[in-house]
Amino acid sequence: MTVAPQAPAGVELTDPNSVIVTVDGIAVRVPKGALVIRVAEMMGIEIPRFCDHPLLDPVAACRMCLVEIEGQPKPQPACAIPVTDGMVIRTQRTSEVAQVAQEGVMEFLLLNHPLDCPICDKGGECPLQNQAMSAGSGVSRFDLKKRTFPKPISISAQVLLDRERCVSCARCTRFADEIAGDPMIELLERGAKQQVGVGPDEPFDSYYSGNTIQICPVGALTSADYRFRARPFDLVSTPTTCEHCASGCSLRTDVRRGVITRRLAWDDPQVNEEWNCDKGRFAFRYTTEGRVDSPLVRDGGELRPASWPEALDRAARGLAEARGRVGVLTGGRLTREDAYAYAKFARVVLGTDDIDFRTRVASDEEADFLAAHVAGKPMGPTYADLDAAPVVLLVGLEPEDESPIVLLRLRKAARKSGTSVVSISPVRTRGIDKMNAQWWACRAGDEASVLRRIGQGEDTHLLEQLRSDGAVILVGERMAAVPGALSQVAALAADAGARLGWVPRRAGERGAADTGALAGLLPGGRPITNAQARAEVAQVWGVDPNSLPEGPGMTTQGMVNEVLADHGRAESDQARRFGALLVAGLQLADDPRADDLRKALDEIPFLVALSTHHNEVTAAADVVFPVAVVAEKAGSFTDWEGRTKAFSAAIHGAQTSTDGRVLAMVADTMGVSFGTGDVSALRSELDTLGSWPGARPEFAPRDAAEAADLTLATWRLLLDDAALQEGEPHLAATARPTEALMSATTAQEHGLGQARSVVISTDRGSVELPLRLAEVAAGTVWVPMHSEGSDVLSLGAAHGSRVRVSGGAV
Amino acid sequence: MTPLTPVITEHWDVPDLFTLDGYRRKGGYRALPKALAMDPDAIIGMVKETGLRGRGGAGFPTGLKWSFVPQNDGKPHYLVVNADESEPGACKDVPIMIANPHALIEGVIIASYAIRASHAFIYIRGEVPQAIRRVATAVREAEQAGLIGDNISGSGFSLRVTVHSGAGAYICGEETALLNSLEGLRGQPRLKPPFPATHGLYSLPTVVNNVETITNVPWIINNGVDWFRQFGTEKSPGFKVFAVSGHVERPGIYEAPLGITMGELLEYAGGVRGGGPVKFWLPGGSSVPMLTADYLDTPLTYEAMVEAGSMLGTGTPMVFNNTISVVKSVTRWLEFYKHESCGKCTPCREGTYWITGLLEKFEAGHGTDPDMDLLNEVCGHIMGRSFCALGDAAATPFPAAVKYFRDEFQTATTVPVDVSFPPSAGYVFEGVAAR
Repeated sequence: MTVAPQAPAGVELTDPNSVIVTVDGIAVRVPKGALVIRVAEMMGIEIPRFCDHPLLDPVAACRMCLVEIEGQPKPQPACAIPVTDGMVIRTQRTSEVAQVAQEGVMEFLLLNHPLDCPICDKGGECPLQNQAMSAGSGVSRFDLKKRTFPKPISISAQVLLDRERCVSCARCTRFADEIAGDPMIELLERGAKQQVGVGPDEPFDSYYSGNTIQICPVGALTSADYRFRARPFDLVSTPTTCEHCASGCSLRTDVRRGVITRRLAWDDPQVNEEWNCDKGRFAFRYTTEGRVDSPLVRDGGELRPASWPEALDRAARGLAEARGRVGVLTGGRLTREDAYAYAKFARVVLGTDDIDFRTRVASDEEADFLAAHVAGKPMGPTYADLDAAPVVLLVGLEPEDESPIVLLRLRKAARKSGTSVVSISPVRTRGIDKMNAQWWACRAGDEASVLRRIGQGEDTHLLEQLRSDGAVILVGERMAAVPGALSQVAALAADAGARLGWVPRRAGERGAADTGALAGLLPGGRPITNAQARAEVAQVWGVDPNSLPEGPGMTTQGMVNEVLADHGRAESDQARRFGALLVAGLQLADDPRADDLRKALDEIPFLVALSTHHNEVTAAADVVFPVAVVAEKAGSFTDWEGRTKAFSAAIHGAQTSTDGRVLAMVADTMGVSFGTGDVSALRSELDTLGSWPGARPEFAPRDAAEAADLTLATWRLLLDDAALQEGEPHLAATARPTEALMSATTAQEHGLGQARSVVISTDRGSVELPLRLAEVAAGTVWVPMHSEGSDVLSLGAAHGSRVRVSGGAV
Repeated sequence: MTPLTPVITEHWDVPDLFTLDGYRRKGGYRALPKALAMDPDAIIGMVKETGLRGRGGAGFPTGLKWSFVPQNDGKPHYLVVNADESEPGACKDVPIMIANPHALIEGVIIASYAIRASHAFIYIRGEVPQAIRRVATAVREAEQAGLIGDNISGSGFSLRVTVHSGAGAYICGEETALLNSLEGLRGQPRLKPPFPATHGLYSLPTVVNNVETITNVPWIINNGVDWFRQFGTEKSPGFKVFAVSGHVERPGIYEAPLGITMGELLEYAGGVRGGGPVKFWLPGGSSVPMLTADYLDTPLTYEAMVEAGSMLGTGTPMVFNNTISVVKSVTRWLEFYKHESCGKCTPCREGTYWITGLLEKFEAGHGTDPDMDLLNEVCGHIMGRSFCALGDAAATPFPAAVKYFRDEFQTATTVPVDVSFPPSAGYVFEGVAAR
């Protein structure tokens, strides 16, 4: 926007995509087709509004934004009128017509509003309250009986509706319909009795329901969790980045007296726009429950609280003894800085390259894929690239569950930009329909061969689309379980010239890969086998390049195998391949080899755990250090795009240290120079290191394996049994049902035609789940990976594994 | 005295006019072959030249509306007949559909041909099953006779006609709410622009016309522009099915040229019931401002009614005599609008609630002087600010009533309306009072 009057010499002011309009006597040049309300906003003129929301389609229902437009007999809603050249607009600031109209509407809005601000959650941050002050009169002339409704009803376990406060702006219903694609709430009845409602026994169980609470311009929608907990002016708010997945949402964390009371989606137009998912919004109770609150050391077989010096001393001695024979497991939830601290600690202090952030379904093929295509690569493809893409091919990725903001952006791209989405998936999910995507039915485990066939031109239209400018392929975490799939994805992307994005589930995975928390990789994607790369890193770390391990070290798989092989291999600890393990916050149950991991932790002579919470790892550890949860520390996460988003501590003055600080203290105690390990020091080292411009190791493609007759399809639902959802009953109540899905034909073939439930078994065990017939690829049974009653990881099975099915007892 | 001109209503005394045979016997379906032999654009041009204006209330020129539909755009087009007649006092589309459904259908086929629609919908108010049955049966007959269907009479033109029943919402008479309802969505008006001519049913080019408007079409095709324009005035050409109700001796349908006066219609209807003077009357439904006996000689045309401070509306005059309380009448109408307000926009949703509450105070004899000013102001806050015309309609009755009958509202600040105007005195039907 520019102020119009005089153009500087030589500047052309006749951009065909702009028009000149006059608002309150000020002429401005603005983009053609912009809405009057947006133009006024750009000029700093605030027109009051309720139903208007910049990310929702205009509806012009509340009539609060009426302005006078020259030539129009009636005042017009600024939220729905696109500007035209020469338009003369007068807002409430200069037009009595507009001002009177707005005051009239405001008086109407308050007629049936209960004015129960003193007990309303929204009081203090309420657009109705604020605009009643700015655009209304102090006294109501309405002396009749208000329309009343019983106080709140639940429209889901976590969203409560106070109907008398509602101003029928329809923001919530439009959000559900347009943005989330979950039209589960609708306006019911009419006139003054109009109300938001849900169908009988069909609650508002959308993964995105919490956004409606946030965009409600009055206190009609409130959170079961937050209701009556705080007044907005008692909260200390901090912009943060969500720790739950790799979508990279900006959030605002509100803290009252050192305790998180709520989290809101924060505005990041390039990432989450103004939305987030319910997990990011509601799952924060874990920060207060089950925490490790002091160092612990094992004494006579029992863990007991210890002082920091004692614990540091024990850890330092144990790790020093095992130097060169220590394995490091960091998990995928660390901030970028903390992951880097482990990467550096392993190489400098422990003299090892045996480090892996993956305690989940993983493979060496994946590690090589990350080294070649992900670690330390520049940002992209991005959310904006999804918007602009002619086609987005999803391979083994269910964005709604695994990266919910990717789903929202793909839905938007499909609706507004005409992006076509193709999903290679064993199940036709609701998410696929929301993206208006083409479902490429694929038996779990067959992904590699499907990709090969696409590359060979089985679907010429798709291949053509993938070859066009801006095409994107997104591959999900579970493809690590399918031999050859990542190889084929990389080959297809290279052949077609499409951009390739890897979308992990956890917030810290991309950062861990980028910072070198993976065997074979130094920070910035440097191959540890490369002398030049080692030299660069050694210089920044201030160590002798020859002191760094030359790698490549072992991944989680290898470490576990070796630790188990150590059993009975040697009498003395010195002869073991592994003498100690250093483990950060992770859940053993996330790994399909959880049982082996448990055995390894029992077997290892010395185990140091840095953990926020008590868990299986801390229970087996010899030394436990408490560390800060995300809300208590500064740091950054790198989202799936490769975009790094820094944040500061939301809970100020928490008496907890970051993993990086604890590692620095251990290093100090060991007498090794490591630096302070604080966030800014680690960050500046990372900045100095930058990324590796040199050659990357060749990604040797792996062969596809023949998929079995009946395979397991599985991924983690957004809301499941995960540790970070502890203490959130309202959130858990909106999770999707735990059930197995099969196609009618496949069920028939396995004698399950009439079965109400199905037993899925491997050599390790079985689970029984209710069976629902659905659109599922032939030869596949889908189950949620880690929901209550469906811990398929305990079967040692992963996506694509061979399973057996039989009819259940129910 | 202006003569009555039965055209649409000419053969309503034929008992089987509603059947295909009956309609054909009286000259029906003769316009259709003529129309199908014409160029569609020529039909649009012809309707344009007649100056036929929409009979649903707004009086928009029909030919002009048809010409807004983009032609040869390769998209399906739709004709939607608005048969959701629900306005208090309006009762002319329902009689047309019951008495002569085939005339409507013939009009539908011709209009669809003109605007290149291959699918027409007739959206009929759900509370009139008789009309729905008659029209649905007539559509079936027409299909069986090959008048609707593929390649009608070998013309190459194909048409499907769907009869749809409303579900009891006045708002669905608003054209965009009607389209939403037809699509299975909540019956609430849509944002305009885009207008139905380009983004109507299923977001495709659509013409929405009133029953009576469409029923005019066969006669226009048969008799031509000059014949049509001999009726009515320059700006309001043609004839009109006037449905006269209220305190008249013979309430009913009177078809006359536009420009006839209320006084004349009153005479045809046998004068005011029981003698006395006209207290007030409304030219076309409860949504138009009331007029007094001073306007009985004003021509019933679109333009003259506006000049008199009212509107022709649906052309269904309601007449009230001195037994009727204006306060009570306005209150009843507002209760209707409050009940029917769809809830979408604030002024209508909340305004009707407020006005009704205030009027009920007057009805009970508890009104106050400031309430009268407040009512005027609240109506002003609705008028021109609501999302659709329902709000405007709701804001109409009171200002007109208080303009002519302020003293009656004054009385209602102390005396309940039922005391000033005993209900029994106003009963229209004999014997009711005795009960």
